[in-house]
Amino acid sequence: MLKKLSLATVSAVALASGAFAAGDAGHTHDVDFSYEGPFGTFDQNQLQRGLKIYTEVCSSCHGLKFVPMRTLADEGGPALPEDQMKAYAKAFPINDELSNPKLFDKTTEEYRTLLPTDNFPALNSANAPDLSLMAKARAGFHGPMGTGINQLVNGIGGAEYIASLLTGYTGEEKEEAGTTFYENTAFPGGWIAMAPPLYGEDVEFADGHSNELHHEAEDVAAFLRWTAEPHQDARKRTGFVAVFFLVILTVLLYLTNKRIWAPIKRKD
Amino acid sequence: MAGIPHDHYEPKSGGEKWLHTRLPIVGLLYDTLMIPTPKNLNWMWIWGIVLTFCLVLQIITGIVLAMHYTPHVDLAFASVEHITRNVNGGYMLRYLHANGASLFFVAVYAHIFRGLYYGSYKAPREITWIIGMIIYLAMMGTAFMGYVLPWGQMSFWGATVITGLFGAIPGVGEMLQTWLLGGPAVDNATLNRFFSLHYLLPFVIAGLVAVHIWAFHTTGNNNPTGVEVRRTSKEDAAKDTVPFWPYFVMKDLFALGVIMIVFWTIVGFMPNYLGHPDNYIEANALATPAHIVPEWYFLPFYAILRAFTADVWVVQLVSFVTGGIVDAKFFGVAAMFGSIAVMALAPWLDTSSVRSGRYRPMFKWWFALLVVDFFVLMWVGARDTEFPHDWISLIASAYWFGYFLVILPLLGVIEKPLARPATIEEDFDAHYPAKGSDAVAKPAE
Repeated sequence: MLKKLSLATVSAVALASGAFAAGDAGHTHDVDFSYEGPFGTFDQNQLQRGLKIYTEVCSSCHGLKFVPMRTLADEGGPALPEDQMKAYAKAFPINDELSNPKLFDKTTEEYRTLLPTDNFPALNSANAPDLSLMAKARAGFHGPMGTGINQLVNGIGGAEYIASLLTGYTGEEKEEAGTTFYENTAFPGGWIAMAPPLYGEDVEFADGHSNELHHEAEDVAAFLRWTAEPHQDARKRTGFVAVFFLVILTVLLYLTNKRIWAPIKRKD
Repeated sequence: MAGIPHDHYEPKSGGEKWLHTRLPIVGLLYDTLMIPTPKNLNWMWIWGIVLTFCLVLQIITGIVLAMHYTPHVDLAFASVEHITRNVNGGYMLRYLHANGASLFFVAVYAHIFRGLYYGSYKAPREITWIIGMIIYLAMMGTAFMGYVLPWGQMSFWGATVITGLFGAIPGVGEMLQTWLLGGPAVDNATLNRFFSLHYLLPFVIAGLVAVHIWAFHTTGNNNPTGVEVRRTSKEDAAKDTVPFWPYFVMKDLFALGVIMIVFWTIVGFMPNYLGHPDNYIEANALATPAHIVPEWYFLPFYAILRAFTADVWVVQLVSFVTGGIVDAKFFGVAAMFGSIAVMALAPWLDTSSVRSGRYRPMFKWWFALLVVDFFVLMWVGARDTEFPHDWISLIASAYWFGYFLVILPLLGVIEKPLARPATIEEDFDAHYPAKGSDAVAKPAE
């Protein structure tokens, strides 16, 4: 009976952990991202497209205050060439100066341009949440029965939630206390204060890649997954090395254990 | 060390003798490592090593994390992001530490239920059991305070809810809560003291672990039969036991290897599966999350806390009898701590003279139901309190108390235990008979 307990513990942990009541959560559709599964890695081109969408659309209201500019040049990320990353940082606008007192230069009495060592500027004035960690701060899949088993198959689903949100506008609007709300099938409660940010063909890609709405939504979602978990590819590699060597070690320990017990168990 | 007779360390060279007469440390280590251990221990006896490993893992990763962490309400969340983004290998350190806590609790629950099934808590091992329960309480405190440190939404609101429990104590509650928090609400003072205590408690646990090991090295290990090792002579004892080194060290290391493969798979490929997405949102005292949910390992006890609402007749009765001093909130808090207290009292609540559940036909089923009950409580603890969850949590909580307060005392009187092997050797030989000989008695099983 107790032999089964450890197995039962593991499965119950799986049941309980993802098991957070979903309430009136909206609908998140599954997206087949390149980085999913143990072998998946970020698609560098997709991250660069996502960066472009973030820069040209999202960044007017949303900050990325935990993301250092230099990491745009990192392996396993958008991997911009060093000079491009520096130029990008230098050209990046500070839309909300009061949120970024560190960037104020007392000698020139002006806000300086961004260096690779700086993070993306914070942006609090637009009343829009920072997006650095958004892909980890939302869960896409809770079920069935709130048990979270779907998360074992589809992942936690933060990026899927973002993609679903960006494509989830129905076109319906309503006014409430002077604020316009937009109906959205992915947003919990169904009505969101953010106007549809993407309509399709919002940005042009130099390589002529599709800029249809659902492609744009997936690209920026993948980019935000990277901003939330920038070392994901490296982490998976570490996981592989660790599991590989642990399997070898465990086999050796198994054989050693079997051998030393053989005389005791009269199996030699 | 008293207990099972065995060969002790004898200093041989002059240097060894010199040291041994001044500080018998080699002897202590030798006797600890070579302790006679029942040779029939099964795979449920590996969790002690896993727990020791977890404690070491948590202390080492924790010390390095503390080098980069900033315990201040304005900086804590950003410093954790700094660790995962900018510190070399910081993302691994953090995920190892966070998931290490989960492994710690998987192991401690398996360890506790092992003890409950095989009667490891019974005389003469009550002290080992009580120390274990204190370690478990200290672990819960450490884990709870550690979860507050990243200063996410669940950190903040979890801290608010759990410290609020102390506010439910009649009379002194509010004063006590303010004293614990260092102010009227969870704030910088709270974060600082939680960081300080989160760093301190693991070393207290390490000390308690030493006492825990000392206690069961004095009584000897329990084993799946619950039959004691023969102490009549060194030769008899040697028939029932093998030295801990190398037999159980190797066995435990192999088991630890298997567990490490699973653990590293989670850390490497799904490190956030056991966490809550809300904790990636920085703490905000003005925005309460839709559902405040503790970490999975607290869910069974969280369910018991929430089960006793004001419309339950027991709560109403107690409230009436005490003139309203004990309200539903305090009742819930008392029930939560009580659920662990009854477990700690198991050595005196269990009236059966038979130690191991293997030879207790009725106990087996009630115990299986307790394990199911534990998982039901865990599941319902993560749900809302609407129907039918309110009823499920109430029934499951009632069974938890019923098992310890009613079933354990009664079973010892009404149950007819099965025949037990006379010695551990007999049990072991039944599993591993000598070649070409069937002279060995074959007991049940």
